[in-house]
Amino acid sequence: MVLVVLENQRGKIHPFSLEAVAAGQRFANELNCDLSILCLGEKVDELKSQAQNFKANKLISAKNDLIDMYSADGYSKVLADVISELSPKYTLVGHSYMVRDFAPRVSAKLNIPFVSDIISVDFNNGNPHFSKQVFNAKLATSIELSSDQALLSFQSAAFSSDDIEQGGPESEEEFNVQLSDSDIKSNSEPEFQESSTGVDLTAAELIVSVGRGIESEDNLPTMQSLADAMGAEVASSRPVVDMGWLPPYRQVGSSGQVVSPKLYFSCGVSGAIQHVVGMKGSKNVLAINKDEDAPIFEIADYAVIGDVLEIVPKLTEEINNSK
Amino acid sequence: MKIAVLTKAIPSYESSIRVDSSGCWIDESVVNYVVNESDSFALEEALQIKENAGEDSEVVVVTLGSEANTSKVIKDGLAKGADRGIFIKNESTTTDPLTVAKIFADNLKPENFDLILSGLQSDDMGSGQTGVLIGELLEMSTATLAIETQVEGDKIKIKRELESGWFQWVTLPFPSSISIQSGINEPRYPSLKGIMGAKRKELNKLESSPESQSQSFVNLYVPKNEKFTEKIEGDADSIVAKLMDILKNKLKVI
Repeated sequence: MVLVVLENQRGKIHPFSLEAVAAGQRFANELNCDLSILCLGEKVDELKSQAQNFKANKLISAKNDLIDMYSADGYSKVLADVISELSPKYTLVGHSYMVRDFAPRVSAKLNIPFVSDIISVDFNNGNPHFSKQVFNAKLATSIELSSDQALLSFQSAAFSSDDIEQGGPESEEEFNVQLSDSDIKSNSEPEFQESSTGVDLTAAELIVSVGRGIESEDNLPTMQSLADAMGAEVASSRPVVDMGWLPPYRQVGSSGQVVSPKLYFSCGVSGAIQHVVGMKGSKNVLAINKDEDAPIFEIADYAVIGDVLEIVPKLTEEINNSK
Repeated sequence: MKIAVLTKAIPSYESSIRVDSSGCWIDESVVNYVVNESDSFALEEALQIKENAGEDSEVVVVTLGSEANTSKVIKDGLAKGADRGIFIKNESTTTDPLTVAKIFADNLKPENFDLILSGLQSDDMGSGQTGVLIGELLEMSTATLAIETQVEGDKIKIKRELESGWFQWVTLPFPSSISIQSGINEPRYPSLKGIMGAKRKELNKLESSPESQSQSFVNLYVPKNEKFTEKIEGDADSIVAKLMDILKNKLKVI
C-alpha cells in the first residue's frame, strides 16, 4: 500500500500535498497496489471534504483535540502510529516546511529512511530510484533503498496536481488516535503573518534579481540602475537578505515570493534549489554568472558566463542611450 | 547550560564539483571544504545564548566526517568562541541522514546536552533532517527553521519561519534540538586572540564504526538542462550588444 498524507494550509489542502496525491496515484498504478489518503490534524473535516473526489482505495481521517493545532510531537506520533498499523510501503508527503519539521521524527521513531526533496522517480520495474539535487544543485543523484518501507517527500512540481485522477475513495475510515497530554512536549501558538510594507513581486512583469555574486552591498545601486532602466523590480536570493543588503520582502524562493515574470534577469544568483522553486515559472530567464557550473544556467534561456559587475553598468548605459 | 552546535564541512560555492571515477561521489581532491553556511548562524546563536546565560554555560562545536575535510570547521568554531570541540571521525561517505543521526546520537548521548543547535540544512546533501532526527533519537523536543530564540528558564521559545511570510512561536522544554534558519543573526568573525586561543582548547576525537545505510547513492550526475539555453559569450562589449538585441528584439522588454 501507498499512503499519502495531506497538509492543511490555512483552510486548504497544501499545493504540495495535491502534488503528493498525484504522486500517490502514480505509485499505486506503477506498483499495482492500494492507495490510502490520510487527513491529519488541523481541521480534518475541511481536508476530508476537499479530498472527497480524489480516486483512492481509502480516505482516512485522524482527529484529536491535541493536534487541532500543528505540533511536531503530536503529528509525528500519530503518523508513526498510522504507519505501524497500516504498514504502507511508501508514505508520500510534499516537501513543505511543516513536513521538514515533523517527518524526520517519524523516520527516527520507526527506523525507516526518509528520502527528502525528491525531484523525480524512476519506477525501474518495481524497484524505484529517487532523484534529488545535491551539492547545491550542481549535481543530482539517484537513491536506492534497502528497506521495506520509506517516507518520501517531493519537491514542488515533481508531480503535477493536474494529473490527479478523480473518482473518490472506495471507503472511508477514522483512525483511532491515541494521544495524551504527556505526548505533547512543545507548545505551539497560532500562525501569524508579519505586516509587510513590501512590494508584490508576483505582479512584476520584469524582475532583476541579485545574488551573492554582486559581492558587496555597495554594488546594489548598480543593479538598481539596471532595474530602473528596464522598469523592473529588484528581487534577490536568500543570502542577500540574510546579509541585510535587501529587505525580506524582496526575496524570491521557498521562504520568499513565488514569481513568474515575463523576464527574470538574474545577476550573480547561483540558483540553489530554494531559490529556483520561487522563479522557475518565469517565461524567460536570463542569467549572468561567473561560474559556468552555476545551477541557474540549467533553467536559463540565455546564459551569460561573465562578470556581472562589468556587464551590468555597460548594459544599463546602452539601455538608457537607446531610449 | 550545555549547548552543542553541529557543523558540517561542505564544498565551498566556488569549488569545482566533479564526479569521481566510482560514479557515486565527488573528486574531493579538488574541493575546498568550508563551514556549511547555516551552521555559522547556529554557532552564533549558541554563543549569544551562552553570553546571556552566564558563566557556567558551555558551547561545544561538533562535527562528523573525514579528518582532512573537517579540521578547519572545528578550528573555526573554537576560534569564534566555542569552549571545546568534538570530532567524530567517519572516513566513509555516509549519505543516509538516519545513519548520520544515529552516529551523532550515540556519541553525544553521554554529554546530556540541554540544547543542540544545527543549521537548517547542509548545502551539499540538503536533506534537512539531521537535527530533528537526533532530537527524536535522544528524546529531546524538536523544532526547525528558528529565526529568533529566547531562553525562558527551563524552556526555549522560538519564532519559526513558515512558508510565504508566515511565522509561529513555539515554546519547547529542554533538552531540545533546534535547527536554525540562516539570517537569524550576524555571525562574528574570529578574533586574533580567538584564533591563537583555539589551539589550547579541548578537542575530543571519537571514532565511529561503519554503519549500514538504508538509502544510498546509485550514481551522481550533472543534471540535464530542462530547456534550450543560448550561451552568450565574448568580451563585455559584445555581450552587451547581444543582450541589447535579445532584450529589444526577441523579448521586446525595452
